[in-house]
Amino acid sequence: MTSTCQIILYLPTDQFLSFYNDVYIKGSRSITYRAPAHSLQELNTIAEIPKEEYLLKCTSACAGCSGALTLRYVLKAAGSNTALVIPACCTSVIQGIYPNTAFNVPIYNIAFAAAAACASGMSNAFRATGKNTNVIVYAGDGGTLDIGIQSLSGAFERGTDFLYICYDNEAYGNTGMQRSGATPLGARTTTTPTGKTEAKKDIDAIIAAHNPPYMATACAAYPQDIFKKVQKALTFRGPTFIHVLAPCPPGWRYSTEKSVEIGKLAVKSGMWVLYEREYGKLTLNSQSKVALKKPVPLEEYLAPQGRFKGIDPKTVEILKQRLAKNLQKLAAEEEEGA
Amino acid sequence: MKKIATGNKAVAEAVKQARPEVIAAYPITPQTEIVEQIAEFVTGGELKSRYIAVESEHSAMAACIGAGITGVRTFTATSSHGLLYMHEMTNWAAGARLPIVMANVNRALGPGWNIWAEHTDSLQERDTGWLQVYVSTVQEAYDATIMAFRIAEHNDVLLPVMINLDGFLLSHIMQPLETVDLGDFIPPIQLPYAIDPKNPAGYGTLTGPDQHFLFRWEIERSMRDAKRIIEQTETEFGERFGRKYGFTEEYRCGDAEVIVVSMGTLGKEAEVAIDNLRSEGVKAGSLRVRWLRPFPDLTILKGKDVVVIDRDYSFGFGGILANEIRAKAKVDVYSVIAGLGGQEVTYDDIAGFVRNRSIGQEFWFGVNSHV
Repeated sequence: MTSTCQIILYLPTDQFLSFYNDVYIKGSRSITYRAPAHSLQELNTIAEIPKEEYLLKCTSACAGCSGALTLRYVLKAAGSNTALVIPACCTSVIQGIYPNTAFNVPIYNIAFAAAAACASGMSNAFRATGKNTNVIVYAGDGGTLDIGIQSLSGAFERGTDFLYICYDNEAYGNTGMQRSGATPLGARTTTTPTGKTEAKKDIDAIIAAHNPPYMATACAAYPQDIFKKVQKALTFRGPTFIHVLAPCPPGWRYSTEKSVEIGKLAVKSGMWVLYEREYGKLTLNSQSKVALKKPVPLEEYLAPQGRFKGIDPKTVEILKQRLAKNLQKLAAEEEEGA
Repeated sequence: MKKIATGNKAVAEAVKQARPEVIAAYPITPQTEIVEQIAEFVTGGELKSRYIAVESEHSAMAACIGAGITGVRTFTATSSHGLLYMHEMTNWAAGARLPIVMANVNRALGPGWNIWAEHTDSLQERDTGWLQVYVSTVQEAYDATIMAFRIAEHNDVLLPVMINLDGFLLSHIMQPLETVDLGDFIPPIQLPYAIDPKNPAGYGTLTGPDQHFLFRWEIERSMRDAKRIIEQTETEFGERFGRKYGFTEEYRCGDAEVIVVSMGTLGKEAEVAIDNLRSEGVKAGSLRVRWLRPFPDLTILKGKDVVVIDRDYSFGFGGILANEIRAKAKVDVYSVIAGLGGQEVTYDDIAGFVRNRSIGQEFWFGVNSHV
């Protein structure tokens, strides 16, 4: 990383001119992203998160929905100068029925495959007219890993100035839990009634291959972490990505009060790894460092979930081996970059 | 200014003058020249637009939608498979009431791969809520593109407009082109429901049957209003720039006993056929349908022999234009299916259709022995 030269990719506005410039060079690509100069809010407790609500009461979310919980903190971090782009997903329903909306920011609903492309147009139009409005895609795992992957890849390759958040409940939740590319090995869904026989698609590796200036993983059980990562992502000019694990009570078949508990177990067991990758440099969250050294047994994460009921011990063994390998790989990457 | 240009270049020239803030496009033969020319204008600084080189036509239309809802002018161009690939989003654009302007270079659909002219691509978009105009000359391609922005963005319309030009037969032929000094002919776009973070709203949220029904009716109401706006726009265009257009172009129809109806470049070919038929003593005329949506008033066809040439087909049903005319003008027709996949149709062939007409019958040019 250097700040020696500047390649203008976006029309500067007066406001942006006062921002410092960073140059990101990795591999054969050389892209400039501008980051706002304001310092990020330092959070020590959840009480310091802004009181403003952009996700209002009376959404149509299921009880215990961690996708809605995540969005609440995403919007608190993004603030009012934000437009959301939402493809077909649970959030299409959660926002409410016309003429009402439960969201206090503009939401643009778009067809399933088209979120990143729509955001691409929106971001370009805002920048062309000198507006610095945040453009955030909030999409499910189906709309990200499966049907929307082409437009997602295209928007990242073009250096679109936007934040793409995938809230991942590891299946097509809105249509009643059919398998998606994000469904983990062994999980039962309505289209994998005896458990999925394939592994979860590694969308983060695919995103990393696009060399975005910032990408991160998060989990709905850690709202402060979500808040910080969203705030940070929005300081970059260019495509940024946050992949949030969003436990889903009806889909994963656990009782509604356990969303946070399940999310924490996902992280503590190492099944879900929290990290961020800034200009290609990876940093593991402390929770995942603990999981690397002293993971909670995977069975503790699987047992409360109906979707893993009756899972073959051999499959559990494979899951354990893979999660260990994944953790080690990411830890090695962190060490390499240090 | 007078110059020589292809149909594609004429469209690009008009777009340059209309100055959309955002253009999103994906290349496809025979449309490529439009987007190449626009990219050149943008790169050279002649056109201060954001050119988004998207990864697909589906994304081209999605990007125009995302840009359009912020209240800026947008443009894209496509053809054939590209148009059908964005079909989901063409419906979205109209349903979202976004005045996107798109040029479609008419081309056949595969398989097998065929890059030549056919109208089946845009006719599969008939029911999406887009206004559709079919042009026949390079000059008309330019003029129609200019007018498309003004018509689409008029607050009584606010629907997308598709300009259709025949692949190669018009997209790639050179003809004289007279560009105009637009002045204030296209007023600044004023989208009443543009996204404003200070006034948050939900766009395209879940909608129950009653409201959905109303939204669909509003599209139809605007389609009907569009007739008036098209007429006003074309009249003013004629007054300012001297070239007159209408919903149809009539050629020697006044005393005609038989009228050839077609769209696109076939309409110009038909005019030569009419002159030749007239010199033989046949009282023939040509009516070229320009605006297909909203559909024009065709009472002029009443009591005449009508020969419709379709460069398209609806399998298991018939020529699409022929049947639209049967339904709306309430006349029976001699339906000729000709020119599919770029099949050559000369003015002599068209004169032959008129001479051999048999009202109520369908004739597949070149394959009649199979019918």
